[in-house]
Amino acid sequence: MGLPDHRRDSSRSDGKPQQRDVPVVSPNRLGLGLCAIYVLLYGGFMALVLIRPDLLASRPFGGVNLAIAAGLGLIGAAVVLSAAYMIVRSE
Amino acid sequence: MFYETSPLAIVIFATFVAGVLWFSFRLGRKGQSAQGYYAAHGQVHWFVNGVAFAGDYLSAASFLGICGMIAFSGYDGFLYSIGFLAGWVVALFVIAEPIKTLGKFTFADALDARFNSRGIKLAVAISTLVVSVFYLIPQMVGAGSLVTPLLGLPHAAGVILVGAAVTVIVVTAGMVSTTWVQFIKGSLLVFFCGILTLLILNRGLEVNGGRPGPVDLTPQVRTVRPDGTVLVDGRLQSADHDLRPVGTILRLPARFGTQTATGPLGPLAYITALEDSTIVTWSQQTRVDAEGTHVTFTPEERPAAELMRPGGYFKGLAGGTLAGRLDFASLMLALFCGTASLPHILIRYYTVKDAAAARRSTVVGIAVIGFFYVLTLYLGLGAMTSGGLDPTDTNMAAPLLAKSFNQTLFAVISAIAFTTVLGTVSGLIMAGSGAVAHDLVENVCGVVMTDHEKVRVGKIAAVALGIVAMALGILFKGFNVGFLVGWAFNIAASANLPALVMLLFWPRTTKQGIIAAVTVGMLASLGWILLSADTYEKVYGLSRDLAPMPFSQPGLVTIPLGFLVLVVVSLLTPAPTRR
Repeated sequence: MGLPDHRRDSSRSDGKPQQRDVPVVSPNRLGLGLCAIYVLLYGGFMALVLIRPDLLASRPFGGVNLAIAAGLGLIGAAVVLSAAYMIVRSE
Repeated sequence: MFYETSPLAIVIFATFVAGVLWFSFRLGRKGQSAQGYYAAHGQVHWFVNGVAFAGDYLSAASFLGICGMIAFSGYDGFLYSIGFLAGWVVALFVIAEPIKTLGKFTFADALDARFNSRGIKLAVAISTLVVSVFYLIPQMVGAGSLVTPLLGLPHAAGVILVGAAVTVIVVTAGMVSTTWVQFIKGSLLVFFCGILTLLILNRGLEVNGGRPGPVDLTPQVRTVRPDGTVLVDGRLQSADHDLRPVGTILRLPARFGTQTATGPLGPLAYITALEDSTIVTWSQQTRVDAEGTHVTFTPEERPAAELMRPGGYFKGLAGGTLAGRLDFASLMLALFCGTASLPHILIRYYTVKDAAAARRSTVVGIAVIGFFYVLTLYLGLGAMTSGGLDPTDTNMAAPLLAKSFNQTLFAVISAIAFTTVLGTVSGLIMAGSGAVAHDLVENVCGVVMTDHEKVRVGKIAAVALGIVAMALGILFKGFNVGFLVGWAFNIAASANLPALVMLLFWPRTTKQGIIAAVTVGMLASLGWILLSADTYEKVYGLSRDLAPMPFSQPGLVTIPLGFLVLVVVSLLTPAPTRR
């Protein structure tokens, strides 16, 4: 049932080395740097939740407490960092 | 509690489901080639794909589960929101572009791009199926429990309805129709949750859910007799004699004087006012005797601020045991690492044109999903104080919040919850179909197929998976299955992330290393879960103390284990030859 020209789709067709050429994927420093920043933010917040949850109940800005502010901040940071990444990479 | 089924609810529900199906047929008529069926021709616009990411990712666990958890336990539900979103950062910054560049239809393609190994394809196809099935069960069970209050249908009818609708969607045009269903669902979900949030802010906070008179603080007893009949305070439950809805404001902050309602509030003012209010929650005691199981719900007065910090659900946090904290840390790590390893998310990258489109669509996805998770905070807090919660069912918190505004909104939100299930389940079935047809049948078993045959095998696999999904949904009826989504994240992160990351960043990675990491990561996390205290208690019905594992979430151990196994096995095997 297999016609030869359909076999080109199959990654098992070893006879055609040009099909096996793997696109070069190089690590991208900007992405890794931004990811590291977010790991620090997320990890820092989770460390606070684990070690000093009492601090999160404080209200340093008068209004909402630190737990809510930090949570909303983390969501905001993800959106801002990813938008910045998209803009820089598009240039 | 009893829920009345109104003809209006049925009409709205039928309109939503029919509308979603109609759209998916119209927009998805093409898609009959393998490239169309598995990857929507790689021509989905990045913005549509971004919203479809949201439709794919925001499952019933995100919507009903998180709202219910915030409404019942406060802030800890929001920790789930934070973790679910954070995982997308890994997807964007590390995974998105390479996986698009390396793969074709499934992420086994990407992992295997350098090696052409049947072993890798087999291991990854199995891990895809395991993760997708764990993700699938809670969706199907959720669908069943939604139709009961809304349409008055039995559980099995809801499961079959979802299973049939999704199978039709996937078989019609594969990834093309799946994409459109997810796009429509993502848009509807965020739009209507936005409307609901505006209504919450406009209503502000009201003492006693806006009802006149003081808050009723008498305890209520719900008894389930051995024959299944239910008593409320000793009398047979009926529409006129039912559990009182719970969860409301007892006292507003002093600055509101003698007012019983704040009136409209801004987003931050709403949270501040709630933090200064006193609310009524409830405690729950269970007693079993010859008459049956009695659950007493006792109203409890407490400052709302207590519920707006961590520790309400994750009891291990505030001064808890080390094991409790490790369990929490492990879950948050699994959520962070799991998103970028979920097969039904990764296959969406093959529907766009190139790496730049993959990047842009992820940013759109993050914006839409992030916005939705901010809304969940308001929906949860709004439900907590709406005076309309059913203390026996956390999953009904969001629909009942809508009901506290009016019956139409209740029907709309319930219908959206149902389409939410449709969107996510079609993604899962699609991922499973690709794993079976493209990875297992074509690449592992080496069956040579024409383009047309590839599509047919994919569709047969989708039908089979749809039937399996329906069977599991009926089988697991009544199980508290929300935690299965957590399992799926743990298994995906442990099995798939080490291989993905090391393949991209460590040239010495060998195929044996990848096979070993995927297999060990999957088996170790699965084994850990099956031997954990949560599973002993919730699935086997045994004592938590019998479980051998020190904490329930495996990620903290099994994700590093996956990396370790990959490195050790790769170093023990010959280095891959450079092409």
